[in-house]
Parts: sequence; C-alpha cells; structure tokens
Amino acid sequence: MTHVLGYSASVLAFLLSVYGAVAAVAGVRLRRPEWVRSAEMAAYANLALMTLAALAMVYALVTHDFSVSYVAQVGSRSTPLFYTVISLWGALEGSILLWGWVLAGYTAAALYFTRERSGAMGAYALATMLGVGAFFYLLLAGPANPFGRVWPVPLDGPGPNPLLQNHPLMGVHPPLLYLGYVGMTVPFAFAVGALLSGRLDAGWLRMTRRWTVPAWTFLSLAIIAGMWWSYDVLGWGGYWAWDPVENASFMPWLTATAFLHSAMVQERRGMLKVWNLVLIVATFLLTILGTFLTRSGILSSVHAFTQGTIGYYFVAFIALVLFFSLALVAGSAGSLRQTGRLDAAVSRETVFLVNNLLLSAFALTVLLGTMYPLVAEALRGVKVSVGAPFFNQMTVPLCVALLFLMGVGPALPWRRADRDVLRRQFVPPFVAMLCVGAAAVALGVRGPYTVLAFAFAAFTLVANGREYVSGVRARMRSQGEGPATALIRLVASNRRRYGGYLAHIGVIALTVGIAASSSYRREYEATLGPGETMRAGKFELRFDRLWARNEPRRFAVGADVTVLDGGAEVGRLEPRLNFYGSDQPIATPAVRSRPDRDLYVNLMAFERDGSSATLRVLIEPLVFWIWIGGGIIGAGGLLAAWPRRRRTSRAAEDAPASAPVAAGQGVS
Amino acid sequence: MSRRLLAGAILAALLPTGAAWARQSAPADSALEARVREVAAGLRCPVCQGLSILDSPTELAQEMRAVVREQLAEGRTPAEVKEYFVSKYGEWILLEPTPEGLNLVVYLLPWLTVAAGAAVIAIGVRRWTRTGGEPDPTPPEAV
Amino acid sequence: MNWRGTLIALAVVLPLILLFRVGMHRDPRAIPSPLPGRPAPDFALRRMDADTAAGTLPTDTSLVRLEELRGRVVVLNFWASWCLACRDEHAALSAVAEAYRDRGVVFYGVLYNDTPESARRWIEEMGGQSYETLLDPGARTAIDYGLYGVPETFLIDRSGRVAAKQIGPVTEARLSARLDSLLAAAPAEATP
Repeated sequence: MTHVLGYSASVLAFLLSVYGAVAAVAGVRLRRPEWVRSAEMAAYANLALMTLAALAMVYALVTHDFSVSYVAQVGSRSTPLFYTVISLWGALEGSILLWGWVLAGYTAAALYFTRERSGAMGAYALATMLGVGAFFYLLLAGPANPFGRVWPVPLDGPGPNPLLQNHPLMGVHPPLLYLGYVGMTVPFAFAVGALLSGRLDAGWLRMTRRWTVPAWTFLSLAIIAGMWWSYDVLGWGGYWAWDPVENASFMPWLTATAFLHSAMVQERRGMLKVWNLVLIVATFLLTILGTFLTRSGILSSVHAFTQGTIGYYFVAFIALVLFFSLALVAGSAGSLRQTGRLDAAVSRETVFLVNNLLLSAFALTVLLGTMYPLVAEALRGVKVSVGAPFFNQMTVPLCVALLFLMGVGPALPWRRADRDVLRRQFVPPFVAMLCVGAAAVALGVRGPYTVLAFAFAAFTLVANGREYVSGVRARMRSQGEGPATALIRLVASNRRRYGGYLAHIGVIALTVGIAASSSYRREYEATLGPGETMRAGKFELRFDRLWARNEPRRFAVGADVTVLDGGAEVGRLEPRLNFYGSDQPIATPAVRSRPDRDLYVNLMAFERDGSSATLRVLIEPLVFWIWIGGGIIGAGGLLAAWPRRRRTSRAAEDAPASAPVAAGQGVS
Repeated sequence: MSRRLLAGAILAALLPTGAAWARQSAPADSALEARVREVAAGLRCPVCQGLSILDSPTELAQEMRAVVREQLAEGRTPAEVKEYFVSKYGEWILLEPTPEGLNLVVYLLPWLTVAAGAAVIAIGVRRWTRTGGEPDPTPPEAV
Repeated sequence: MNWRGTLIALAVVLPLILLFRVGMHRDPRAIPSPLPGRPAPDFALRRMDADTAAGTLPTDTSLVRLEELRGRVVVLNFWASWCLACRDEHAALSAVAEAYRDRGVVFYGVLYNDTPESARRWIEEMGGQSYETLLDPGARTAIDYGLYGVPETFLIDRSGRVAAKQIGPVTEARLSARLDSLLAAAPAEATP
C-alpha cells in the first residue's frame, strides 16, 4: 500500500512538473493564460502529492514496515520514535524525498504570495521551479526511489547511521539546511523568469530579494546548527573542519550574503544588474553542486552518503542548469548596460562593492579548495588534501576585512558623506576599536589577526549599535515615545534595515567566539584512577567512577566526573562512549558551557574493571557566543524576512521603486 | 549476525582493550610540544575525515603524534618529519598542498581575483563618480 | 541567449563535465599507497606467543625481523580483535597460509591497537589461526607501513620489496592468485 501510494505520488509529481513547465512556457509564448493557470494547479497538486509521499514514508518508518526499501535500510525496531521519524532524512533516498517535498512547498508558496504571477516573468519562474522539481521527482521515481519493495520482508533493520542518532540536533539541522538550500531555487527562478521575459526591472529584484532573505536565514541557522552538532557529537572540540559538506553549505551562503548587499545597490542606484544575476545563479548552482558533492560520493566526507548512479543524474542536471543560465546571463549582458552613477567614492555603495568583492573571493577560495583534490587527481594523477591549514590561512584575512567593513557600511551614508557626518559616525567606533585593541594587547593577546578580530568587532558593534541608539533617541525626541516603544516602532518602520543590523551584531558575536576559542584553546589529558583528580586550567576534575549500561539501541560506557573550581564543586559531567553495533565506538563529550568558557570532556579510554579512565579535557573560551551569535543572526533574518501585513505592505514596498512596468510588456 | 549478537561480540572484543587505550599525559617540554602541535596540525588523520592528527581524538592520531614528537626530539626538522609521513602515506597526508606547480593555483587565484576585482572597482568608482560622465558600460564583475 | 552566451557557457560547462566524469570513476576513499615497489620498511616485532610458534622460523628468538625473512615471500596482515572485517577474511587467510607454507611463503599477523589477551580470545573464538601474530606497541610499524585502518595486507617479495597492498578483507582466490604470480616471478631462488 505504502509502496504504491508513495511511488505513484512521485511519478505523478514528475509528470505534472514536466507538464506544468511546458504548459507555463507555452502559455506565455502562445498567449494562452489558461495554460499558465493549469501549470499553477499542477504546482499546487505537487505539494499535495509530495506531502502524501512524505507522510506515507513517515508512516512506514513509524510502523516499521520493512517491506519498504528505505525503512529496511534505515529503520530498526529498537530506535526510539524521535530518531525513527527523523531518519526520514538520514540517508540518500529519504533526503531527496524531503528535498522534493520542501521544493513543492516553496513552489506553491511562491505562487501564492506572488502578485505578478500573471506576467511573463511569473510564468517563466514557475516553469523554472517546476523544471527543477521535475529533476528531483525523477530521482525519486528512478535512482533514488525510497519506496522500493523488499522481499522477503526483513524482521528488523540496521537502524540509522549512529552519528545521526546520537544527538537531537539531527532533527533540526537537516530540515533547516533543506529549507535554506531549496529556498534558493525561488530567487533563481525569478532571475531566470526575468531574463527570459526581458523584464529586468525593479520587479524581479524585489521578488528575488524577498525570497532570498528567508532562505538565507534558514541557511544561516542550518550552518550554525551543523557547527553545534559537530561540536557536541564529533568529540574533537571543534565546530568547523572545512569538510567538503560544510563548505558546500557555506559557499551558497557567501554568495547569497553578497547578493543581499549588492541588491541594495541596484535598488538605490540601478547598478550591478548583471552582477546580481550572476550572484543569484551562482547561489543556486552552488546549492545543487553541494547536493551533488554530498550525494554522489565524489568527495569523501563525514556527512556524505555513499551512492552510485545518482551522481550521473546530478552531473547532467548541473551541466544543463549551468549551460542555460550562463548562456542566458552572458547573452543578455549586452542589453543590461550600466545606467547608474555614483555620487562619491566615499559612500555606502563603494563599501558594498568591496564587500561583494571579498565575499565572492571568499566563495571562490572555498570552491577552489573543495574542488582542488578532484582537479589535482584529474590533471596530476595524485591524491592531495586541502584542509583546515589551507582554508584558515587563506580566509582569515578575508574574514577580518569583512568584519571591519560590516561596521564601515552602516556608518557611511548612501550617496556621499560630508566631513561632519564622517566625524560623527566614525569617531565613536574608532575609539572603541582602539580601546579594545589596546586592551587586548595589554592582556597578552598575540597574533595580529586575533587582535584585529577583537578590535574590529568592537568597531563594528559600536557602528551597528549606534544605528539603533540614535534611531531610538530621535524617536524619543520627536515623538515623545518611551525607549521600548521607540525601539519597537523604529524597527517596525524598516525591519529589513534593522534586521540587517541585528544580523551584523550576531556575526560579531560569532566571530569573537571563533577567534577566542580557536586562539586560546587549551588541551589536557590524563589517565585517572577513581577519586584521582587532574587540573585543567582553573578547574580541577575528579574522576569518581566508571559505569556501563545497556540502552535501548546501544551500549554505553561513561565516566562520572566532578568539576571543582577553587576546591568547590561546581558541576558534574558524564562523558561517555556509545557502542552501536559498529566497530567504532562514538565518543560523546560532556560539555559545561558558560559565557566565559566551555569545559569539554571526552572519555578516551577505560579499564574494563573501572580502575582507570583516560580523559581528554579542552578549555575553550567564548564558544558560547558562537551559538548566541547564531541565534541573533537568525532573529535578524526573521525580522527582515517576516512577511508584511498585506494591507500596508504593497504601498510601503512599492513606494521607493519606480512604477512597475506593465505586466507582460517584456515578453520576448 | 543479529544486532544483539554483534553487540555482544563487540563488547567482548572492546571492553578488555582498556590497557591498549590507556595513555599518559603529554610530556611537559613545552617548546617541543609547540613544535609537535605545529607539525601535527598539518598532517591528516588517516582514519578521520579531514581532521588533523592534532585535532583528532582517535588512537591512531595519538600514535602518529607520538611519532612526530619522537622524531622532533631526535632532532629532525619539521620538514623532515612531514617528508617521512609523505613517504608512507603519499601527498594526501598533508592537509595543505605543497605550494608548487599546479598547486599554486589554489594559493594564487583567490588573491589574483581580489587584486583584479579591486582594480575593476577602483576604475569603476572613478568613472562613475566623474561629474557629468556618460553611464559606463563595464559591469563591475569581480569574478 | 545568443552565440556569445552559448560559447561562454560551453567553455565553462564542458571542462566541468570532464572533471566530474573523472571524479565519478574513482573512489575518494581509496588512497594509493606510495609503498608498493619500494623496499618494505624494516621491523623487529615481538611474537605474541613465542611458545606456539609453529616452526615457521629456524630460530626461536622472540623477535621477528623482516631482514631475516629475505628470500621468502612475506604476507603481513594487520588486524585487531575489534575489527569486524577481520572476521570476514580470517578463514581465507588461514587457509591460504596453510596452502602456501611449503612454497616459501610466510604469513604474519600484526596486532593493531589491541591487547594480546583479547587477540588470543578472538583467535580461539575464530577456531585458531594458522600463522603467528606479532605485537606492534604504539603502532609504530603500522605507521611505518602507512596504515589507514584494519584489515590491511601487504605482500612483500623475496627481495624485500612491497609487491602489493590490499585494503580491506582479502579473499582466498585473489590472495592465491597474487602469491602465485609473485612466486612465478622469481622462481630461481630455492624454497627452504
């Protein structure tokens, strides 16, 4: 039953997508609006079909229906319900199913929330989304069919990958990642729609920007959640290893971030039209490339799914998308002549240009480093590694420069800045920067980049904070509002702007956390008998006893550790090793996280009789602020992305842009 | 083999290996340790995914660190120690490709891009800010 | 879209496809070892069970040195009792070791990050091992041989060069075929 339901839903979704894509294009070309309408219906139907397929799979997982191939692959009777449900995205086929579902949702949402859908741009955008959908539904109907039939039906399954059932964050990180990744399809579709319809005016940019912000927010949160998972599960005390899959999620984030800034330049000054198209297309391609890298097994990675033929589908799809979008952009570059002008070199516009340069160079560096092992093997026939030392060396200067620009941008006005404005805007941040920089050096911070990171963080924090403070002050003066009301009204008056500043503040917290924890990480290791203590920084750790117990899906060995600070007991930790039926035990660290420093304890080894345990202890300052920063970035993104109430939104949004060109005018 | 049996086999196999796992704290010679860390950070842990033998908590990584420490203590230079590992594991063991030949591409291309982009922006900004100047057709594409 | 766009697009897409094509036909996890063809790294390892030595060596010292094995084909199998794939290849290794014992091939297991007690228990559980296992404290020899994980098997020819390296479990047919070709390659030297 589930087989038939799930499989036919996938096949039907594929057929409807192909139909819809063709109908939408034909409808525009041949001026048959009813065909476009039918394509819209197909998109809504796809959402229903994919919801059905996904729920069928969840049902099969929860009822342990091992006759379904995917369940036989990842399910197990002893896996707790939560991990059973989230194993929906624990392996290749399920993750493609989730992808298809999310894409169907985005397509329907883009239709529902878009006014301009009757125009040519909307129809082409719809065709693009359905075309991308057709690819993923084809995968579901063919090489990645999760609804295969298994006979004879196994009595039990192996259960999900132990790494994926070790932490609740696995229930959060992948869906966020998909919401971010797949969400980039919508801006891409509007860009293609604009190119095909020749309507490269403010309209497409507004649509594109509006859909990029939520996708960007999800992607940011997904990256942070992935870091957190890595930190809490992998046991090495780090959160970012420049693993190909981490890079794959980071590259589209970089290009999307660049777009969010350069879009403002186009809005204000009508410049960078081609560049913005390039960024949107690149972002989408990088999400597909990332999926390909992780799904095809072409690069090895902790998170990669190992798979065979599906890679060929992806290569074909990437080639197709890359070919068409490049040909489209390059072909229309001539008609997109630069029309804007700058008033002065010292202006926010210029800062955005530099910011875009650095972000693009950053993305290029990550792309090069990620792909280079492939290139080297193809050209030199030698396996090489490109890892953390390379990426850190190359990108830390870029990060530091970007951190500084994040403060310069908001402090500089658009168009031009006179001397008084400059003095008013820049003196406080510079003072903060010099104070913090001097304090850091005085406190013994060495390493030029670490000092710069702290100093620039202060600069940028003051620059962005001032935007809030001066705005609130102005309202309190002019409107006579209280500080809280003033703040709320200020933010509500331009949520995109203040959401952006908030996201900046989040990035500052994150950067400070990374700079401090990577520069001042301390490591201690000792083998202790029961009752013995070891010193780790200001803490003393006492190993109390070793325990072992059977748990529903695993066997665990753990150590009870008491944390002492100046002789007083401040906490207990329980680092453990989980044994899941594979030959490698998974070390689960115990972390005591505080705003000033994290205490990260791993059980490395033990004597079976409990007479000793080997502990590896890491002290990492300010890690806490990475997660806080992630939360602030998410809040800023949400603030900027949350849809306006319909009543007020149109007028407010359309006001700055010139009157939109009549729909359909640009049909080519 | 059923899961339960398998788990039993693993426990039987794993639990008694405590002795092999036990290790002593790292020696206190901090100058040597700093050099060990430097070399270890550049060597890839063979049983992990992309982690260095400095970061990796696995046993093999610890043992490789011990080899690094031993060789450095014997007076070998960091380059010689790395060369030893390359001769055993191939160039793959280095987390950072040696900056020579084709590998130079990954080191130089990003900076060349930044330089070229900066030049484009500098020229572009000058043109666009020229008073009364014609709109310029060059898109400021950095990459 | 026009010819210019198409050309630019093709110039980018085609190399990328080629690159991925190459990439798809290789295994990212298979890392070629630089060792085959080079002299095998020397070792002097203690026998796990000196008393059960089944007469594979004329001397009864507790150390096994590679240099003393010149003139014979050596099969070096790194294993551990906690390694699941080692269970798969155990029968094949024991059988091949038995079959080639009189043809100048000597097998040694090298215990990797494991204790002799659990190794002995494992051997007992698996129904014995037809060759000796050596101890490698600190995995120095394993690292000398560029070991990634267990099981890994090295074939060393009569002149002391590494002839082949097998990552993962061996099969009887494949191992026998390799040994046959190694023995055939240098038939001149007499087997003891």
